[in-house]
Amino acid sequence: MSMAARTQFHVLAVDDSLIDRMLIERLLKTSSFHVTVVDSGSKALEFLGLNENKKIRAETPSAASETHQVVEVNLIMTDYCMPGMTGYDLLRKIKESKSLKDIPVVIMSSENVPSRINRCLEEGAEEFFLKPVQQADLNKLKPHLMKGRVKEEEQVIEPINNKRKGMEESHSPEKTRAKI
Amino acid sequence: MEVGQMQRQWMDYTKSLFLEGYLDGQFLQLQQLQDDSNPDFVAEVVSLFFEDSERLLNDLTNALDQKCIDFKKADAHIHQLKGSSSSIGAERVKNCCIIFRSLCEEQNIDACIRCLQQVKQEYFLVKNKLETLFGMEQQIVAAGGSIPKMELSF
Repeated sequence: MSMAARTQFHVLAVDDSLIDRMLIERLLKTSSFHVTVVDSGSKALEFLGLNENKKIRAETPSAASETHQVVEVNLIMTDYCMPGMTGYDLLRKIKESKSLKDIPVVIMSSENVPSRINRCLEEGAEEFFLKPVQQADLNKLKPHLMKGRVKEEEQVIEPINNKRKGMEESHSPEKTRAKI
Repeated sequence: MEVGQMQRQWMDYTKSLFLEGYLDGQFLQLQQLQDDSNPDFVAEVVSLFFEDSERLLNDLTNALDQKCIDFKKADAHIHQLKGSSSSIGAERVKNCCIIFRSLCEEQNIDACIRCLQQVKQEYFLVKNKLETLFGMEQQIVAAGGSIPKMELSF
């Protein structure tokens, strides 16, 4: 059972658009990822444990785990254009954090702006996907995720929360949709 | 009408929506994400699109109605509408939004107002088409049939 939990990757998706959140969640789940969706950069940071003050209200199936435990995230996918903290801001904060900087980050945007793309890649984003994101885009993620896994195994670090099971997959889309 | 006929009618109607440019490949992606465990996925996303769009169109109408138009705000609304229409595959609405955006950049008020009318027209057209499509799907299911899987071969 723990083998199954280890091979399933956990993706944190960040997007202020409700429709896009629904889409990316469904897309990721179809590709057998474990998914958590949030609607802002600040909520993403809270979920990742960077802001201990506020209690998180992330749309995670394991909402019961309102503990101070750090949740293992294997990949972060974030929209670029978001009010408040942009995807770029979020990317920077993640790369500046000792605990989070090794998590691969992917930026999504509806606009094809080369300078924007370059800026994000220079700041450490692994990929830049044009929206709407396709299944083919997700296929590009595996190498980045496997890289992270291998690194992990080399350091012989046991994931803190590897008991999380694939049972959460059965959670219906209604429950994981964000409040408007 | 028997189920087979209804299904053929559904397929013809769907094809026409693609051929006439109302919908593009992204809509097919949505359909592919729907399965037995998520049988209402497309309908859910589309109804969200309807709610979202109508709110944005109202906001845009108000924005352009002001004595002193806040083009930045209007642009933000259009950006959102462009994004959501792109996400569900509403191609004509999306294309209209693209034009609208450049008119906004130029701050061409009259052209913007005319363009907004275009966007509304395209939106209500595709809304009507999609509602018709969903109506057909409901009839098929009610008659005990299943919705065919669309192929990209046309």
